[in-house]
Amino acid sequence: MKIHDRYWRKTRRLTLNLLVLWFFVTFVLNWFARELNQFELFGFPLGFYLGAQGLLFIYLLIIWYYNRRMRKLDAEFGIEDQ
Amino acid sequence: MLSSLTRLQRYYLYYTVSFLAFIGALAVLEQHGMPPRWIGYAFLFFTISMYAVIGIMSRTSDVSEYYVAGRRVPAFFNGMATGADWMSAASFIGLAGTLYLSGHQGLAFVIGWTGGFVLVALLLAPYLRRFGEYTIPDFLGARYGGNAIRMVAVAAAILASFVYVVAQIYGVGVITSRFVSLQFEIGVFVGLAGILVCSFLGGMKAVTWTQVAQYVILIIAYITPVAILSWNVTGNPVPQLVYGQVLQEVGRLEDKLFNMPAEIEVRQLYRERADLYAEKIMQLPSSLLLEREQISTRINELKASDAQMKDIVALEKQRRELPHDPEQAKARWENAMYSAVDRSQPPVHHAEAFPGETAEQQLPERINFLALIFCLTIGTAALPHVLTRYYTTPSVSQARDSVFWSLLFILLLYITAPAYAVFAKYEVLSHLVEIPIAKLPSWVAAWTKIGLVNIEDINGDGILQLAELALNPDVIVLATPEIAGMPYVVSGLVAAGGLAAALSTADGLLLTITSSLSHDIYYRIIRPDASTQFRLVISKSMLLVVAVLAATVAAQKPGTILSMVSWAFSIAGSAFFPALVLGIFWQRATRAGALAGMLLGMLLTIYYILRVEFDSIPWLGIKGIGMEPWFHVHSTSAGVFGVCAGFITIIVVSLMTRPDGEGGDFLQGIRRSGEEDGR
Repeated sequence: MKIHDRYWRKTRRLTLNLLVLWFFVTFVLNWFARELNQFELFGFPLGFYLGAQGLLFIYLLIIWYYNRRMRKLDAEFGIEDQ
Repeated sequence: MLSSLTRLQRYYLYYTVSFLAFIGALAVLEQHGMPPRWIGYAFLFFTISMYAVIGIMSRTSDVSEYYVAGRRVPAFFNGMATGADWMSAASFIGLAGTLYLSGHQGLAFVIGWTGGFVLVALLLAPYLRRFGEYTIPDFLGARYGGNAIRMVAVAAAILASFVYVVAQIYGVGVITSRFVSLQFEIGVFVGLAGILVCSFLGGMKAVTWTQVAQYVILIIAYITPVAILSWNVTGNPVPQLVYGQVLQEVGRLEDKLFNMPAEIEVRQLYRERADLYAEKIMQLPSSLLLEREQISTRINELKASDAQMKDIVALEKQRRELPHDPEQAKARWENAMYSAVDRSQPPVHHAEAFPGETAEQQLPERINFLALIFCLTIGTAALPHVLTRYYTTPSVSQARDSVFWSLLFILLLYITAPAYAVFAKYEVLSHLVEIPIAKLPSWVAAWTKIGLVNIEDINGDGILQLAELALNPDVIVLATPEIAGMPYVVSGLVAAGGLAAALSTADGLLLTITSSLSHDIYYRIIRPDASTQFRLVISKSMLLVVAVLAATVAAQKPGTILSMVSWAFSIAGSAFFPALVLGIFWQRATRAGALAGMLLGMLLTIYYILRVEFDSIPWLGIKGIGMEPWFHVHSTSAGVFGVCAGFITIIVVSLMTRPDGEGGDFLQGIRRSGEEDGR
């Protein structure tokens, strides 16, 4: 197998995993916002907090983690893009 | 510490400091009696001349600098520029108001407009940057081959961007006419000048550096008033941290207010009014004749008696203002009926998700909440003027980083907006409702005059009930400084921020339309041998033409333009997203598949919007096309169907057609997959 096929396969797997996480927090959690509102976080009903702040931080973390892993993959496979 | 910053960071630091000093100076001058109108002018001229200076300093005659800023924009600054590019007048002025009016349901905008950047980061930005050309149609053209797909992409890009740019210029007109009391049409052309000084001479390079400057202004302007308000209410100047408590307080006030006898009575009166209108509409045209007769009889009675002249004149005016024909009467009375129905609804708690008594009533709310998130997310990841920004970084890795910065800078505004809404609601519930109308604060009268606040004492008790107050969403951000009794300089700052948000987005959109026309159509399709010099001439003249065209449309004050903006997301999402993502991740996608998917997705979206939103299109002579929405989905979320149809069509048609061999090398290039390890 060509060595760079592995780079692409790893990229693809990382992308897919993070997308599943993104889908879960965006669509599954929000579907149950009414039920989540029974719990409380920092004085907010949980469902409201997620929509107003929580999910936004999770999105930021997902992108941060992706960038970090991709930088490592780039270094491992010696890929430098200009 | 200063020396650890790059030269650019130091420049923008000086710029920010001088802007803050400028605000401080104006605040001092206001204490010494500078009239509000002059403060408005000072903000207008200071900010626009700043943008002009940056625009002129960044002038260029290099094609790569004109289209993609020479690909020399560091990730941090590209993030800031994307933030300003992305946040439009709608985000700045409208979002907090929408959240005020629709509570939890409005959070779909916050979630969708940020969640889309995850898709940009994971699926698009790195690959677009590695491809490294100039436009989104370029990318599709290179992946699938052929001019047809490029033409479809250009059409979709222009369709989605033009409406959007008109709305931005319209926003500029609204802001200047309200804060500097310029005439609306003149305000529009001031906006046009503001846009042209940024983009005409320097293209993307100038737009990038002014957008960074505009971001600084818009974020300061957005956070300042709500921070002061938060300090006044809770003693903590960080609204995002403390509004949970305020939200609980709002909940308590709501519990107290919602079921007061006077509130219930007012809602009942609105329900009766709605029924009355419904009856009148049913009995058209006789009800219109009857009404005219009744007024005429009354006038004659009054004339016969020795009534005061001014009563007669008032009645005659009322008669003149009656609808001229049954058609007009129907439209007008339907509006009145819907607004009465709105006010007769029992109010909903701000934090309540998916309101409704039963599970069946909650289901449509749930579906629409998720459908709107879906459309806004996909639309965010498909709007060409945002995607183009990721061509401008020096490397792929920097493109990835700059999505992170983009989201961070955008998030600052989007976590503030819900706080804005909650603080405003707290002010309204505690200082406005159940107060004698004669004793309302003065800002209410000021904004009533402009028509953004509407008060009607329907039960005649001289006290304002919650249902008697109607607020236009824009008023929340625009009037917060006055609501909290801040000096006028804060209002001026808000106006400057709104202006920055509208101008920066307009710049980005205008450049996208221009490069679609000049680069994709003229250079790639009509005259591939055009000299670089001439390509720039074409670009600049296109820019001028499109800008003037957009300003002319905006000056007509098209009423529906603001709702049309939300459709742009669905249109862009269904046209671009499936073709881009499958083009990168699925080698088997063929040209025929992509072409069919883009067309079908876009057309289905437009079809759904038209049939759900309109019953007739008079200028085309089409009538009776209205239909029931599918699965309760509103027309703003039409993209749900378009995007799904796009994906399915591309997959099915691609599998039915022979692999066309296009894209093999292309994909190995952007994925860095097929090459031997040569290092």
